[in-house]
Amino acid sequence: MTYSQSVLDGDRLALARLLTQVENDSAEGRAALIELFPYTGRAHLIGVTGSPGTGKSSLVNQLTLHYRKTSGKRVAVVAVDPSSPFTGGAVLGDRVRMRDLSGDPGVFIRSMATRGSLGGLAQSTANMAQVFDAAGFDIVIIETVGAGQSEVDVARLAHTTLVVEAPGLGDDIQAIKAGILEIADILVVNKADRPGVENAEKALKSMLELAHPAQRVFKHHGTYMSESVPANKVEAGLWIPPIQRTISTEGRGIVELADAIARHLTHLTQSGGWAIRERARLEVELDALIRETLVSRFRETVPQQQYEDVLERIVQRELSPWEAVKMLMQK
Amino acid sequence: MTEKKIRVLVAKPGLDGHDRGAKVVARALRDAGMEVIYTGLRQTPEMIAEAALQEDVDVVGLSILSGAHMALTPRVMELLKANGQTHVKVFLGGIIPDEDLQRLKEMGVTGVFGPGASTEDIVRDVRMALAG
Repeated sequence: MTYSQSVLDGDRLALARLLTQVENDSAEGRAALIELFPYTGRAHLIGVTGSPGTGKSSLVNQLTLHYRKTSGKRVAVVAVDPSSPFTGGAVLGDRVRMRDLSGDPGVFIRSMATRGSLGGLAQSTANMAQVFDAAGFDIVIIETVGAGQSEVDVARLAHTTLVVEAPGLGDDIQAIKAGILEIADILVVNKADRPGVENAEKALKSMLELAHPAQRVFKHHGTYMSESVPANKVEAGLWIPPIQRTISTEGRGIVELADAIARHLTHLTQSGGWAIRERARLEVELDALIRETLVSRFRETVPQQQYEDVLERIVQRELSPWEAVKMLMQK
Repeated sequence: MTEKKIRVLVAKPGLDGHDRGAKVVARALRDAGMEVIYTGLRQTPEMIAEAALQEDVDVVGLSILSGAHMALTPRVMELLKANGQTHVKVFLGGIIPDEDLQRLKEMGVTGVFGPGASTEDIVRDVRMALAG
């Protein structure tokens, strides 16, 4: 039996094995992705990002527990941690905070290393999420690496993005900088029992008030992907990210957070935002595949020796990279 | 790009709370380019087998300093087998008396490392076990 058939049948070992194949981008993994693609597009993808130590893993633990207790929904978690830039190795420690989820067959947690990717996710995270989607998980939670300011890839993958903050991490100047806070559909102030929680919340609130509320635009390879809504629909189409306080070690604020996520999902389906995001995500994926295919096709036509020679001439400053590309492409 | 990374689960079953050794080993395997999943203290054999399955690891390293290795290890081995993960190599570290070594080997444990074992030896043995 093929991987994809076993995965569709609910075989957990096959699922784990397939995830490895997909992560390694093997031929088997690719073949299975093709077979599974028609079964995808159903799961609610929830991204969780934020600085290291803000409590992302603990929050994912609590949120998953909540979903398992209150609904029959099956939950998959993809937890990403960084690879060493020097050795390629990694210590993946997110499971330490998710021990409460052990023993529940409706939960599947998979840790992965970034393997050199910089956007807070790994190259194959989107494909891993697709496998879980096809395997029938209703909710797929994607936890990024501890992300600082510009690791925003998760917003292109997830339907709902949570940005997790904690008291004491920065002032209102941090909050008006571009980047990670902009991608939040829901802002979470975790560790809300710590001093400084009012200040953290105030900084986020003032940031939201400064933001242009009527549209959200993604800069997307040169063209602007606008998510603006027609004027007559502003009322229905407007989503202002709520700020949710949580204390995940005690499980407080989790019910309210889950409600906010549910409201966002309703908003997405009613405003058409779901379709827009799906389209944008698949477009990014298609573009990446085209780029990759063109590059490998191109490299096949250029002998390695010639490539090395041209590179050497660039190093010697005899040739600029722009001229080099022109030269290589012309033949 | 097909690249096969060695994935290792480092787990602490049982009730002792000393994870310094497990962390040193995790770090050494990381520095050897492996992906190490660390699950924290006080794991049951069931939790360990479940994590090994979900993470599709090649190796499970158990760190036990409580003396309960003769009870915990066979249970982990059984569960791995029940889950179909017969290819997974199991290593043991901690305080393991010499007289238990033979029986652990018979259970299918690939290697045992006690106090003073060098991390280089551990990395080498893990690589060899997977190559051979």
